[in-house]
Amino acid sequence: MHRTGELYGQFKTLEQQKDTATLGMWIFLVTEVMFFGGIMLAYTLNRHVYFAAFSMGSNTLSLKLGAFNTIVLLASSFTMAMAVWSSQTGKKNLITMFLALTLLLGFVFFGVKYVEYTQKFHHHLVPGKSFDIFYCSKNPAKCQDISEADMKVENEELEKASAADPDLNAHAQLYYSAYFGMTGLHALHMVIGAGLLLWLLKNSLAGAYTPRWNTPVDMVGLYWHFVDIVWIYLFPLLYLIDRHK
Amino acid sequence: MTEHEHPEHEEHIVSPGLYLTIILTLMVLTAATVLAAYVALGQFNIVVALTIATVKATLVVLFFMHAKYQPKRTQLVIIAGIFWLGLLLFMTMADYVSRIDYRGIRFPFS
Repeated sequence: MHRTGELYGQFKTLEQQKDTATLGMWIFLVTEVMFFGGIMLAYTLNRHVYFAAFSMGSNTLSLKLGAFNTIVLLASSFTMAMAVWSSQTGKKNLITMFLALTLLLGFVFFGVKYVEYTQKFHHHLVPGKSFDIFYCSKNPAKCQDISEADMKVENEELEKASAADPDLNAHAQLYYSAYFGMTGLHALHMVIGAGLLLWLLKNSLAGAYTPRWNTPVDMVGLYWHFVDIVWIYLFPLLYLIDRHK
Repeated sequence: MTEHEHPEHEEHIVSPGLYLTIILTLMVLTAATVLAAYVALGQFNIVVALTIATVKATLVVLFFMHAKYQPKRTQLVIIAGIFWLGLLLFMTMADYVSRIDYRGIRFPFS
């Protein structure tokens, strides 16, 4: 483990050493692109075939929470980029501050996701035996967190969607499987990212990162931005299918 | 002076001002994608949404991830990755949309 920016024998300069690390990180990220790309492709096909059910499912998500989380995650990418800048310019206290801010924004994202997931459990929208896309229209008393106006729109949409798709419940369940699968995998990446940020924070408190050697901050930054890009695509794919009425 | 004592590490440092411009642009684009979702464009809603998402992703890759300032070899890996993803998406979709099942029914079968 080289902590102080020592030059390894196979490299000529520190710059070359850093470029090599960056290249390796990008190769890893490309495998991640293929991983998420395959899942998004499967999602796109199903959405094409079961459009009415997927659009119904999408409209049961909270656009406000989704948009808020998009902003939180973009902001965390900005603070991460600033942490990298602080390490490149040798501002040790700022590195720690920006890493902590990034982690904090990550936790805000988890908090919102927790609220969203909880709501889906209460509304019987989690794939499984008790999945029921009609649950809230049948039991409005148990879905009082949905405003009356939204409930009215939802009931109208349910009517239209069931006319378009006789097996709406099964296909809406498919949408929700994709929703939990994709957002779950994304959240898992965020958890890993949060762990890496904690590790960076520990080292940065010990003053490990300098303009001469800040490769870990930069590499974790690349990873964090990648996770942000996944969300940049998940947000329109999952939340914005058919909002216009 | 041996080479590893070289004090200057020729790394391109992106200024906070540019980061700020990028993040503000990303926020504006997020607002734009939400607003665009409420405009009825039929089939084109998804095209608009994914175009905006791609512009946002490109900004993140170029500036936050410093791809613009990387050596050509790293940029080649990024472009190859995107190209490969394009192959995956294009070939699979081309297969599905042109497929006809044993009953002579076009995709989507039901």
